Amino acid sequence: MLQAINEALSSEMEADQKMMVFGEDVGHFGGVFRATSGLQEKFGRDRCFNTPLTEQGIAGFANGLASNGMTAVAEIQFADYIFPAIDQIVNESAKFRYRSGNEFDVGGLTFRTPYGGGIAGGHYHSQSPEAYFTQTPGLKVVIPRNPEQAKGLLIASIRDKNPVIFFEPKRLYRASVGEVRDGDFVIELGKAEVIRQGTDITLLGWGAQMEILENAADMAAKKGISCEIIDLRTLSPWDVDTVAASVKKTGRLLINHEAPLTGGFAGEIAATIQEECFLYLESPITRVCGLDTPYPLIHEKEYMPDALKTFEAIKASVKF
Amino acid sequence: MSNATTNAETVHRVSFLDKNSIAIPILKVLQADGTAYEGAVLPVIDEALAKKVHDTCVFTRVLDERMLGAQRQGRISFYMTCTGEEASIIGSTAALDDGDVILAQYREHAALRYRGFTTEQFMNQMFSNEKDLGKGRQMPIHYGSQALNYQTISSPLATQIPQATGVAYSLKMQKKRNIAICYFGEGAASEGDFHAGLNMAAVLSSPVIFFCRNNGYAISTPTEEQFAGNGIASRGPGYGMHTIRVDGNDMLAVLAATQQARAYALDNNAPVLIEAMTYRLGAHSSSDDPSGYRSKDEEAKWQQHDPVKRFKLWMINKGWLNEKQDADLYVKYREEVLAELKVAEKIPLPHLDDLIQDVYDKPTPILEKQLAELKTHIKKYPEAYPKSAGRI
Repeated sequence: MLQAINEALSSEMEADQKMMVFGEDVGHFGGVFRATSGLQEKFGRDRCFNTPLTEQGIAGFANGLASNGMTAVAEIQFADYIFPAIDQIVNESAKFRYRSGNEFDVGGLTFRTPYGGGIAGGHYHSQSPEAYFTQTPGLKVVIPRNPEQAKGLLIASIRDKNPVIFFEPKRLYRASVGEVRDGDFVIELGKAEVIRQGTDITLLGWGAQMEILENAADMAAKKGISCEIIDLRTLSPWDVDTVAASVKKTGRLLINHEAPLTGGFAGEIAATIQEECFLYLESPITRVCGLDTPYPLIHEKEYMPDALKTFEAIKASVKF
Repeated sequence: MSNATTNAETVHRVSFLDKNSIAIPILKVLQADGTAYEGAVLPVIDEALAKKVHDTCVFTRVLDERMLGAQRQGRISFYMTCTGEEASIIGSTAALDDGDVILAQYREHAALRYRGFTTEQFMNQMFSNEKDLGKGRQMPIHYGSQALNYQTISSPLATQIPQATGVAYSLKMQKKRNIAICYFGEGAASEGDFHAGLNMAAVLSSPVIFFCRNNGYAISTPTEEQFAGNGIASRGPGYGMHTIRVDGNDMLAVLAATQQARAYALDNNAPVLIEAMTYRLGAHSSSDDPSGYRSKDEEAKWQQHDPVKRFKLWMINKGWLNEKQDADLYVKYREEVLAELKVAEKIPLPHLDDLIQDVYDKPTPILEKQLAELKTHIKKYPEAYPKSAGRI
């Protein structure tokens, strides 16, 4: 997946002279995960550079660049460290266009940041803070599940005329390999994808949890349960129609995310789908999520909404 | 490692750098009677520039006086004056090119006027009517204009500081011979964004002027409860930044400092910090009452340092202005402001459809659905929503 992200950045920098990539350690070193490897050599220090260690500064600087017509791609080294930047993102990036009556905007801005657990990173290298941002009008929130998706969605995010937070599942950075189309291509934002057809229950997730859902669906299939799997891909604005159409067909919905249950984005989806699909539902919408604890270290495996927990929830939903 | 740390002199007994060791002089050009100090080096200024500066001073005084009054009458919801700080704001803006981007805090409408914002545009914003460039979305005084390179005001303090660094970097990359200027108060300089923005500007070689209006108070908090160091200017060298402190009530000192700061920033792709020592003669805002935290005597003392009067006297001494011309200008702007105010308050408010515009470049399906549901509701209870019910 890292190579796909690097290719996306490189091809966009090639095509768009106004594009800049910056953040902590992204310059010559190429980022702590090496996502920006080689970009400074290819495009020069003016366009790919290290910043001082200040997330609020990176975000404020990025807002300034984008407000004056540039394409700004800022890296926040870990999503766990995005919080010093939250004022710049929530009060500034998200509201730039609205508050000015479209006199100014930061549409050329994309934040890339690795999120999620499964790497023995404890609570400061594992969090999934997407729901802090999905409640902020003006931001788009995008999460890819594999290398091909990462490339197409990242290029779309960079080109999108709105500020986008692009969460990268760091567990998959090196683990996820797969065919990626050459050249530049985009995957439309705001569209979910049905990645497996099924008839008994809809499983909905995003990012690194998609492979968990696929594993759980395989286990369920052995018990004769047919799962439909949807990758939401864009959390804000999210594709209500694709999810509702699936649930109207299957009558059941399970939502899985790594972030804690309470206040997580699954709650929003569940509320909307019960409004849209109330008379079609054959069981309560179920959520398989992280626990309401800080992300643990030694009990990471217990915390995670894994395939076994998902499998149990599928069976419970179907038997309800 | 930078040269400054690798080439340092070594010592072999404990020796602290004294906290008061950095002495920072204050640039003064004009005396209270409007004559220049002996030996003072004047800025580049001709009669036309002086008249534009004076005109902006008078307009700003009138606007502040009338609109604070309008707020007291309940005609607008909120107001902020820049009374006492006109020399800091106008003197600095007058040193700039129109292509230089201004990122202001909120008390800098005099700069916007200097750039050409019309009386009508001021009124439309304050009355949140459908001609407001900001589409009625922000409280009065949150102006912005793309055409005038004046970024829209944002209430959160200091957020504009790292943004100015980004704007300046973009101007450098676009190879424009322009800079960014960022205004903020000494209170905002306590925010983390101040540190982030100044440090990044120096490290990333961004042509930006950081202009601190040290006006004595952050709402009610005096400077001695805001910082213990030597003002804001003392921080500049710590960031590796050219720095100057000026008398913020001295139009010519501010102009001279900013002209040279601009030239330095452009020629060196580097930031400059200017600390203007001034005084907020008015309240923080129309919601504030300064009698709770400062004395009338203190205010009276600062009235003696009125920057507008000092500059007027200089112009009279130069023969570029007389008392009658000055008085006539006040009359003219009082009439103009009143007339435009009466027009603006009768212009309809923005249409309800604007509510969901500009959240994104295009409204999302969820926003369209919410607007449709809202309209249905308002049609059912029109009397509860008088601002929009008549025009759905």
